[in-house]
Amino acid sequence: MTESLISKSIKRNEDPRLLTGNSTFIDDIEFPGMLHVAIKRSDYAHGVIKSIDTSEAKKIPGVVAIYTAEDLGDYWKAGPLQVPPPTAIPGAIFHARPLECIAKNKIRFSGEPIAVVVAESRYIAEDALDYIYLDVEMLDYVGDLEKAVEPGSALVHEDLGSNLAADVVQEVGNYEKAAAEADVVIKKRIVTTHVAGGAIENRGFVAQWDDNMKILNCWATTQGPIPMRNSIARYLGLMENQIRMINPSIGGGFGPKIMSSQIDDVIIPWIAMKLKKPIKWFEDRRENFLGTTSERDQVHYAEIALKNDGTILGVKDVFYHNTGAYDPYGMTIPLNTQTHVISNYKVPNYYTEIKMVFTNQMVVTPVRGAGRSHGIFVMERLLDAAAKKLGMDPVELRRKNLLPPEAFPFKTGVTGQDFVENILDSGNYPMALEKTVQALEYDKFKKEIQPKLRAEGKHKGIGIIMFTEGTAVGPYEGAKVMVGVTGKVNVVCAYSNQGQGHYTTLAQICASQLGVKVTDINVVIGDTGQFQWGVGAFASRGITLVGTAVHQASLKVREKALELGSKLLNTPKEELELEDGCIRIADLPEKSISLGELAMKANPTRGTVEEGMEPGLEAAAYYGPPHGATGFGCLGMIIDVDAETCKPKIERLVLTDDCGTPINPMIVDGQLHGGLQMGIGESFYEKLVYDEYGQMVTASYMDYLFPQASDMPAKMEIKHSVTPSPLNPLGVKGIGEAGAICVPACFMQALEDALYENDLDIVESSLNPSMLFHYVQKAKSA
Amino acid sequence: MADKMKVKITVNGTLYEREVEPRLLLSDFIRHDLGLTGTHVGCEHGLCGACTVLMNGEAVRSCILFTVMADGADIKTVESLGTMEKMHPIQEAFQEKHALQCGFCTPGFLMTTVEYLGKNPNPTAEEAREAIDGNFCRCTGYENIVEAVQLAAKKMAAHEQ
Amino acid sequence: MKPAPFDYFAPTSLEEALEKLTDLGYSGKVLAGGQSLIPAMNFRMARPAALVDLNKVTELSYIKPTQDGGLAIGTMTRDSAIEDSEVVKRLFPIIAEVMPNIAHKQIRNRGTFGGAVAHADPAAQIPALSLLLDAKMKIQSKKGDRWVDAQDFFMGPFMTVLEPEDLLTEVLLPGLVPGTGTSYKQISRQRGGYAQAAAISKVVMDGIKVKDVRVVLFSVAETPVLTKEPVRVLVGQVPTTEAIEAVAEYVAQNECDPGTDIHGTAEYRRNLVRVLVRRSLTEAVERARK
Ligand SMILES: Cc1cc2nc3c(=O)[nH]c(=O)nc-3n(C[C@H](O)[C@H](O)[C@H](O)COP(=O)(O)OP(=O)(O)OC[C@H]3O[C@@H](n4cnc5c(N)ncnc54)[C@H](O)[C@@H]3O)c2cc1C
Ligand code: FES
Ligand code: FES
Repeated sequence: MTESLISKSIKRNEDPRLLTGNSTFIDDIEFPGMLHVAIKRSDYAHGVIKSIDTSEAKKIPGVVAIYTAEDLGDYWKAGPLQVPPPTAIPGAIFHARPLECIAKNKIRFSGEPIAVVVAESRYIAEDALDYIYLDVEMLDYVGDLEKAVEPGSALVHEDLGSNLAADVVQEVGNYEKAAAEADVVIKKRIVTTHVAGGAIENRGFVAQWDDNMKILNCWATTQGPIPMRNSIARYLGLMENQIRMINPSIGGGFGPKIMSSQIDDVIIPWIAMKLKKPIKWFEDRRENFLGTTSERDQVHYAEIALKNDGTILGVKDVFYHNTGAYDPYGMTIPLNTQTHVISNYKVPNYYTEIKMVFTNQMVVTPVRGAGRSHGIFVMERLLDAAAKKLGMDPVELRRKNLLPPEAFPFKTGVTGQDFVENILDSGNYPMALEKTVQALEYDKFKKEIQPKLRAEGKHKGIGIIMFTEGTAVGPYEGAKVMVGVTGKVNVVCAYSNQGQGHYTTLAQICASQLGVKVTDINVVIGDTGQFQWGVGAFASRGITLVGTAVHQASLKVREKALELGSKLLNTPKEELELEDGCIRIADLPEKSISLGELAMKANPTRGTVEEGMEPGLEAAAYYGPPHGATGFGCLGMIIDVDAETCKPKIERLVLTDDCGTPINPMIVDGQLHGGLQMGIGESFYEKLVYDEYGQMVTASYMDYLFPQASDMPAKMEIKHSVTPSPLNPLGVKGIGEAGAICVPACFMQALEDALYENDLDIVESSLNPSMLFHYVQKAKSA
Repeated sequence: MADKMKVKITVNGTLYEREVEPRLLLSDFIRHDLGLTGTHVGCEHGLCGACTVLMNGEAVRSCILFTVMADGADIKTVESLGTMEKMHPIQEAFQEKHALQCGFCTPGFLMTTVEYLGKNPNPTAEEAREAIDGNFCRCTGYENIVEAVQLAAKKMAAHEQ
Repeated sequence: MKPAPFDYFAPTSLEEALEKLTDLGYSGKVLAGGQSLIPAMNFRMARPAALVDLNKVTELSYIKPTQDGGLAIGTMTRDSAIEDSEVVKRLFPIIAEVMPNIAHKQIRNRGTFGGAVAHADPAAQIPALSLLLDAKMKIQSKKGDRWVDAQDFFMGPFMTVLEPEDLLTEVLLPGLVPGTGTSYKQISRQRGGYAQAAAISKVVMDGIKVKDVRVVLFSVAETPVLTKEPVRVLVGQVPTTEAIEAVAEYVAQNECDPGTDIHGTAEYRRNLVRVLVRRSLTEAVERARK
């Protein structure tokens, strides 16, 4: 029997090179004669460009060239859309305004690129930025989501006549009828907050044009090497295989690195070809804040209708979603919000409407959590309000309304980000709830511990919320598995890795079929010279889609090896096994052939072959699920608040999560840890803030607070349940975003419970001590 | 452009004599002039800690020091620790505890830990957490790093015996 | 984020440094630890034409006990050296208590005591400490030496009495009266981050009554604030909970002027002042009683 390495916490293959400084990250790539790019970005949020004067800057010694939109001539064009419009949803209105990689005529957000400097060093390139003068006729800044769509607002895209980018209504049942029949209807205005992806490595791009071979070599920190390559091919009029796009090691992604057709991937290859020099751009932290995409601000007008016994009759949610100055990423985020609002509970009647709004802010694209956390936040806040109103225990209210295990697969009736009807593939929500409740000793805390603490003047609150994580959406990913003559195995795909551990998990999946050591499997990710097909790292889809493709390709290779081995060993396949890097007769292990030898035999160099034969111990496979796989869980927290200073401390955090079959439990926990940190960041530290003129006031880590070790609880208590996905042979689901999705809702519930003397009504996903203080003041004076 | 200055800096035991512009950041000198790209740069304003190196045995942010300020100094970077084949106990501990994901922040954490454990060979979890508080990591939520620092302490103690 | 070019000088003696500063006049700027100056230069918010680097002027780095039980601290003494110093812990436990709150170790390994004083960041701990401890600043230039009291040294946010050709060379801390109780309380958004409000108290008791008291606030006005109310109300009195509470309330309402920023409103920060003054005074009294 080949030993299965699935669900084993194996040390990571990639660690030794990362730990010893032997990984190549984008900024580590150097070529002789390389030139460096710095990008001039607009200080204004909104205005008509009168002129851009680069003449003085060009005179600086060491400056090689400066380009504005004007200088690009016909090369300048907008787009393409990276995600298509949601035409699958009947009645959906969507106005495509794809990204203009460099501003021409008009500036639409502060931080928008207006000129590109090429110089002998980054230092000199930055010197030149100081001497580029932009003359702008200022226009009013559009920043308030609700005011933006009122008549009379300044327009981000004048030709549209409005700042409404999209309007999408979906309805299940009849909410108005349900509301009319309900005992209680609760209405709230709920706001989610603008946060950054915040990878510690900023974005970067290196291009090198081989003028003899007519090959463009590119290295990029992209989460989607194939779409980026294809976008470049379209811009430059090259064949796809003339561009080799390589992912170096990437220092975290978290969403924003998915974007292509931006200034870097549009312009840098063009400059490299034009100047016939290798060109590098490595974003700095300031421009990452100003120019790189981010997300999360939405304003919801949400309501919930219930019976007196707590049964949910319906939910209505009309929300404004900020898409920033353009909408190249379509509606992925707000569609995720729509599906996630009702993903845990029986909600027979649901009305949901997205009003997507253009603003003079940076472009909005997914950040880990991507719309899901907002949906969860809205629903859980509604339930908390309902529990208060009905005088019910919040856990009891949830218990009562959770989808039961027998409901799966469950059709929510809403179309999701993948443009197919949202179907929850499998789940056992009550189990997750009860695990967290037990671990926190919820009843004991509420009935015994908390009353005592309160009597002592302490403020400790508990929160428990449910969430789902829609993951692993299509369309597809692929992979190729190849046994080499050394007996080592190559697994290649054009996915992208930013730390998720694919070098190990994909190897585990492959090793489980081929009987080789995990360390003998070399995984290559994101090199379009080695694998040509794929979509990209988003929506926690790597391990499910690429993993399944690797599994299937490995099965094919295994079958090939067995066929060939059977011939060479003169033994029926059924009596053979793959283990220890060789194929052998199970009962006679000394009769064996190493995989390396077999690989040589599979590639004959003389003689004839049978018709239909495919050479090599090699196979490719592609996998596309019918719809996404939905993970789920329950988060509980106990937070101790200093009521005088409104400083919270997370005393306990218990997360029960179910992501189907974990391939490597250690890595799964790591993903949850990191996600929780982002969730904690969003809840109480991180926030992108624009001032009244559209200037970002948080363009440094002095102002944008990054969650530190001391902001985290001493221990994240992670529990698991395993409800395999029926959609793929390994039973896996994604895990990348769970932690980031669940925290704000739980955090706010716990804060309200901690500061129990006043009836706080927290309606924002991100607070700080001062805001919490004012919530208390407001409640006091109410 | 200001005149270049001569500097003599020992990095990982090798003495380098170079001419540099006064404004050249130490992080850029290490990475681009010397090609020691294990040290990373994440913010260039002193907050994230990815650029942490040892200067005369003390952990410092190389992005907010000019190279000329390190004239005569002894610098150690992540390349001074172990090799892929034979890692330093701190590196081993980071791997065993899954204290890195993308690995971009990791060299900074390692160098911070080297200085810290040199002075505090047996930290509690709380102390270990405080020791790494000045380094940002977006991937791990820090918990495994705290455990790795403690495990590293144990490994180093065992080494010494 | 690369700094603009500048001329650079690295004198090896005080003498030479003073000479250079005089030569350079307004175009020169002192470079101490660089932990405030270099980030600002990387953002190109600061663009000095020339830097005079003190890092090779080793004579400016020392912690020397004085005859009155105080300390003379050379301007280039690193924060971490002060934090780890046994004599500092013994003579000024309040300094040892405050230091770990300044940024993180990696910054304190380079940042200097005098640099922080000269920088006069209204949110910085060391200027406030110097005010609390009634420090005397030694200022030297080619023209001569002078001493300025901490009270007169800070003019506004990032503004001091220092002229371009001046060098702050030493901070002299007079010794504490035996039995002095001190306490530091700050609230910052995150550990190592700048305080949103902070209070440092120093109390000497005479039996059950307060003999002397000093409370300094910072990060809630343009400069550190030496409060008046505690002295007015508490000296000669028993520092009851109620008395301390009343002082804290008064100080919060009348002796600070916090602003509103993205991290907190003025009202919130006033509230912090009230809480922190109460907490630090209470603790300082307790410690003075011991
Ligand atoms: C991430 C980070 C966090 C920080 N957090 C805090 C914090 O919480 N609290 C805090 O107080 N500080 C904090 N700091 C600032 C740090 O403490 C600085 O080091 C200190 O304020 C300035 O000291 P320096 O030696 O680095 O001065 P430099 O940066 O070298 O100089 C600062 C200014 O003072 C002038 N100067 C310096 N020395 C002299 C002198 N002898 N004579 C005349 N002028 C002089 C310089 O010309 C310059 O204008 C932080 C810094 C960073 C990077
Ligand atoms: S790069 Fe130096 S601290 Fe971030
Ligand atoms: S491992 Fe990715 S930032 Fe720390």
